[in-house]
Amino acid sequence: MESTLESVNKAEEMADQAASQAGFDDDTRSGISMSVREGMINAVLHGNAYDPAKRVNLSFEQTGTELVIVITDEGKGLDPAGIPDPLAPENLLKQSGRGIFLMRAFMDDVRFRKLNTGTEITLIKRIPGSEPGRQEAST
Amino acid sequence: MSMKASTRQVDGVTIVDLSGRITLGEGSVVLRDTVKDLLGKGQKKILLNLGDVSYIDSSGIGELVSAFTSVRNQGGELKLLHLTKKVHDLLQITKLYTVFDVKDDEAGAISAFIK
Repeated sequence: MESTLESVNKAEEMADQAASQAGFDDDTRSGISMSVREGMINAVLHGNAYDPAKRVNLSFEQTGTELVIVITDEGKGLDPAGIPDPLAPENLLKQSGRGIFLMRAFMDDVRFRKLNTGTEITLIKRIPGSEPGRQEAST
Repeated sequence: MSMKASTRQVDGVTIVDLSGRITLGEGSVVLRDTVKDLLGKGQKKILLNLGDVSYIDSSGIGELVSAFTSVRNQGGELKLLHLTKKVHDLLQITKLYTVFDVKDDEAGAISAFIK
């Protein structure tokens, strides 16, 4: 995908469709699509810096137990540990720095991997009722 | 859906009725320009009506924070009105719900501004 705002909006729509197909409820779908939006903003804005020569890759995979979304950019690489805690009192009134926090708030797992060129963000949401080895409580 | 903003005056308070999405790009710019314009005209009591705002992303949250601090730094007040559940929840998890003065009744919100 191109490093544009249109790609961010398109990815958000695709995420909503993928979450719907995976059977998530409305609230969870909203959280997943917001997480993808935030991941795409990271890739397009902070990673590729809207550079038309750089691409963003987005993939969705439903494994049966999880919805796995991978976003990669071709930027200079992101160090999530270097991003201040947006909930710290001294950061509450900062204008930016909440994207990764929101991804972590809405997804079950968020992983970052530095590539030779760029960053890969993996967003994982478990599909309710499909946990491996899940046992029903009995009375 | 693009973002729209219209303003009206009630008892010295400027109510900004916002609708659509406050997101990176147009939505955030509309909010920023609206608040900047009001402050430029000396209108420092601002009530943002978010009742028809369906969605806010991290950029939109940042824009709300920026509006809040800009107004406060000029000696004014900015309050939020009619949050949808989605926006309410977002402000809760980002711990901003207690930073903003959030109201759910327009008349009560207007009377809460310092005279």
